Parts: sequence; structure tokens; C-alpha cells
Amino acid sequence: MSKTDILLEINHLSTSFRIKDDYFAAVDDVTLTLRKNEVLAIVGESGCGKSTLATSIVGLHNTENTKVDGEINYNNQNLVQMTDEQFNNVRGAEIGFIFQDPLSALNPLMRIEQQIEESLIYHTKLNKEERNKRVIELLQQVGIPNPERTAKQFPHQLSGGMRQRVMIAIALSCKPAVIIADEPTTALDVTIQAQILDLLKALQSETGAGIILITHDLGVVAEVADRVAVMYAGQVIEEAPVNELFTNPKHPYTRSLLNSIPQMNTEGQKLNVIHGIVPSLKNLPRTGCRFASRIPWMPQDIHEASPSMHEVAPDHFVRCTCWQRFHFEEESDVV
Amino acid sequence: MWKTVVRRILVMIPQLFVLSLIIFFLAQKMPGDPFSGLITPETDPSRIEELREQAGLNDPLPMQYVNWIKDVAQGDFGKSYTYKRSVSSLIGERAYNTFLLSLFSVILVYALAIPLGVIAGRYKDTFVDKTVVLYSFISYAIPTFVLSLIFLYVFGYQLSWFPTSGTVDVGIEEGTLSYYWNRIHHMLLPAITYAVLGTTGIIQYLRSEVIDAQTQDYVKTARSKGVPMRKVYTRHIFRNSLLPIAAFLGFTITGLLGGSIFIETIFGYPGMGQLFVNSVLTRDYSVITTLVMLFGFLTLLGSLLSDIIMSIVDPRIRID
Repeated sequence: MSKTDILLEINHLSTSFRIKDDYFAAVDDVTLTLRKNEVLAIVGESGCGKSTLATSIVGLHNTENTKVDGEINYNNQNLVQMTDEQFNNVRGAEIGFIFQDPLSALNPLMRIEQQIEESLIYHTKLNKEERNKRVIELLQQVGIPNPERTAKQFPHQLSGGMRQRVMIAIALSCKPAVIIADEPTTALDVTIQAQILDLLKALQSETGAGIILITHDLGVVAEVADRVAVMYAGQVIEEAPVNELFTNPKHPYTRSLLNSIPQMNTEGQKLNVIHGIVPSLKNLPRTGCRFASRIPWMPQDIHEASPSMHEVAPDHFVRCTCWQRFHFEEESDVV
Repeated sequence: MWKTVVRRILVMIPQLFVLSLIIFFLAQKMPGDPFSGLITPETDPSRIEELREQAGLNDPLPMQYVNWIKDVAQGDFGKSYTYKRSVSSLIGERAYNTFLLSLFSVILVYALAIPLGVIAGRYKDTFVDKTVVLYSFISYAIPTFVLSLIFLYVFGYQLSWFPTSGTVDVGIEEGTLSYYWNRIHHMLLPAITYAVLGTTGIIQYLRSEVIDAQTQDYVKTARSKGVPMRKVYTRHIFRNSLLPIAAFLGFTITGLLGGSIFIETIFGYPGMGQLFVNSVLTRDYSVITTLVMLFGFLTLLGSLLSDIIMSIVDPRIRID
């Protein structure tokens, strides 16, 4: 991988929310890179900070109660340092964003064409007629069967899958180099999910954009991702190419996640779960291995005092050292 | 849509019929009658009896009702006992006065409330917002008659900025520019009083709608498209926040004819509210019943209008 392939570089990014008078980091020292033509999946449980990370990249946090530190380098500019006005030239133009629930993410009072057209108004010099043409073109591109008709409709008149296609059309409208998809298939049923994922893949190979795909669905990851970063409690705890991660998971959390996927071929077996819950932002231990409390049967000395990322195989990074001796809970571990 | 409109109007007929029954018998059950106010120690009781007989007030109640409803069905609302003229022309004149005053007041209300509500919502918890909220709490807490009296005393009598009663000064030629200015001058103080008190609801509604809309996903989408914050407010937040206000618009429009009892009475403005109070006090049956019927009809019409307006401004609402 050459350096010129790198689209987006996230360096030591921390996003903290203010609760009363203290700031708590929901994204804690995350370092990631996105390359051209790549789908980088970010996986984790609810509350692990993956959506916060996504919104930090496009600077959509309320500045009054949120603090973003670190660097997000895009095109030799640090997005974190940008003013809102400067950022408006990047958002929509260079970075497209796809939201989870396309019904609430579309303005109920505006026609589809107006909503797609909006980003064209601010980022291109097209006139009204050209913009209309481009809207139809985009709707066609995302596989909407009757684009002229859909363009005139309102969001509530479309099905969930169609709405998500419209969202994708909005994200694509100005041919962004980076697309961030925040759980784009979570609100859709399974057959539509597959269609939307295929569409994303197809559009990517057309445009060469880099996609950051936020999801908690490992099936989605397996299907479309090139590289995977697993997040836990605000940190990236494992990062690897997709095949490597599925065949050779290292971190106890990654292994537990994969282990908890229900198997179709084993009948009558207990569903594997991960003990406990993700600690809340306020109660998160800020030192030591953050996953330690959820594998209580393992001795404490397997963890690093201040866990860091280690390269265990080419391009495969794991945080902490606990993976080396980790084993799943056995009968003998139950106290 | 027209099918619904026609159906809703047809449904109004039985509703108005029930209302007419209730109001007719309630009005008759009030102690006294239009002539009780005329009694002095010198009055000959037989003269009163004669008047009652003439007016048909000695007929059995059901018969009086049937006679009245027959006339109403033909568009004849009878004659006012107090004003000795036909109810329709009397109400027509008062409705015109009230309409002018209400329209003026409502325009003032919206002109004040919409910017204040939006600004308070947008700059939530800032000094501006707190000031607006404080103002709306105070205006909500003050009864209409208290503020009316204060304004009348201070601006009408002490400072003499505004006339204290009526719609127009005597002796000004109708149709001239000074005539129209004089009418507006008479309306200013009651309209301002109404506006100061009437903004509360709209301000609070808009403020909370704007605050709520800011966190909606479609606002994030708009931001993610790189739309400048100012445009996000005008194109996305503002329009969605106005929906609940639009829901009341039908009632506001038909309410233009209702008038305010307190304000018209205190400012001596001859409108519907004042007429209503006076007709109750003088047992002017024909005026009372006609007014209540009219207010009832306006309320029903207002709800229909509101539904039509909602279906126009919100594409998700369809009436067919």
C-alpha cells in the first residue's frame, strides 16, 4: 500500500461529551486510515462509540457539549481544526454521509428532488436545469425504477429500501471521495439489506470512493468489508483485513463476538453470550484493559498495564496482551 | 377532498340543530326577560304583559322554538329587543368591526410571536431565550382585564396617546385618509393589548418545536450535505416547526369574527364580544341565540379549515 492511496487519516482522535462539568471520551484515542477503493468496516456493540466516531469525521457534533481532539487529515487539511463554514465545503462535497434510518433522515416536507438537489446547490455550479437532470441521473444510478416519478414524491410515499437508495443518492450527489455509512442496513429487512449492500459495492467500484461502514452486523462485514476495525468502549481493540479477522481473530472481544453468532447447524445448544454490559461512559475504567471486567474468569495479570496496539501479523493489530492466554469460560471457571 | 368537505358540512347540520335546542331553552331559562329592565315603579304591569304577549313570549316554549327555527331556516334571525333593528344587520355591523380589530391583532401576534419563538428556540438557554421565556410566563400569568385596564389607564388616560373607546371619532368624513387612520388609531391599543397576551402560546409552541427539530435526523442530513446553518434553519427546521401552528390556523381564521369579550368591553369597542355580553345582560334572546349559533358554526368550520390547511402544508396528511 502506497502512501498516496490514503484518503483519510484519523490520528489519536478523541471525542468527549460533557456530562455536568466533566468531559467523558466516547471515542478514545482512535487511529485509523481509509484508503481509496476500500471498505473499512467499524464493528462494535451499541454504545462502543462507532457512531460518535462517524459523526466526528463530518463534524456534526454540538460544539457546546462536545470536545474533539486529535487529527482527521483529509487532503492535507485537518478537519478537526476547521470552522463550521470551512467544513461546509467538505461535507456533502468530499464526504458523503448515509444515515441509519432513512425515514427520519429525510425531511418529511420536501420532495425527493429538492432533497437531492440541495447539496448540488451548495457544491456545484450547475444551473436549475442541469441539477434536475443530475437528480434523475442519480436516482437511476441507485436503481430506482421510475426516477421521474420518484423525484416528485415525498419520503413517506416510498418504501424503506427506496428511501435508503434516495439517501445514497444524496450522499453520492457530488461524487465524494469518502462515504460514511452509519448502519445503512439496520432499519431494513434482510432481502433489502442485501440489495443495498450490493448497490454500495457496485457504486464504489464505479467511483473509487473509500467507504467507512459502521455496523454491528458481522454478516454485513463479511459480505462487503475489505478491512475491519473492532471497537470496544471507545477504543479500536483489533484491526485486520477481513479474511484474517474472521479466520484468525485474536482479541478476546472479537473472539467472543464471533462466538456469539448463533449457528444454524447445532441444535439444542446454548447461545453463547458475552458477560455483563458495556460500561457506561461515566463508569468506564480509563486505565488498563477495558475488556477485563467482561472476562472475569481470566487472571488479571494477563492484561497490559496500559494496553497498546501490537502488530501480530501483517496489517493485523491487536490491543493488549490478554489475547495470548485467553480461553472461553469453562466449567471449572464457574465460581 | 371535496367529498370530505361536503360530508363534513352535512354533518354540521345535526350538530347545529342540537346546539340550537340547547341554546334556545337555556336562554329562556335565564331569570327575567327583555322587558324586565324597563320596569320602573310607575310601570303598569298590564303594559309589560301586553308587550310580552305581542312578542310571543307567552306562547308555550316548544311553539316559540318552532316559530324561531322556522324563521331562522328562512334566514330571518328576528329583531333585537334592545336595538330595535334586525339581528342580521346588527351582527353584520359588529362582525365587521370585530373582524378588523381581530385581523389587526392576529397579524400583530404572528409578527411578534414567530420571530420570538424561533429566536428563543435557536438560541436556547442564552440571555435572549431566557428573556423571551420570562416575558411569555408573565404575559401568560396576567389576566386580560388587568392588562387592558392598565394599558387603558396609562396610555389612554394618563399619556393620552390613544382614544379610550369607540371605533372612530365623530365628525370625520367617511372614506378620507384621516378616517382610515382614525379607525386604526382606535384599534391600536386594544390590538396591542391582545397581541401582548396572545403571543404566549405560539412562542412556547414554536420554541419547543424548534428545539425538538434541531435534534432530528433530517437536520443532521442537511448538515451532512454541507448546507449552511442559516439555511438549515430556514429550509428545514423552521418549516417543520410551523406545522403545529398551522394546525390552529383554521380556528384562528374563523375566530376573527368571535371577538374578545374583555377587550371589547373594556376598550368600549362595539364588536361581537361586547354585543354578546350586552345581549346576555338585557336578555335579548334573538341576539343571544343567533350569536351562539354563529360561534358554534364558526368553531365547526374552523376545525374543517384546519384539517384542509394541514393537508396542504403537510404532505403526509391527506383528506380524501
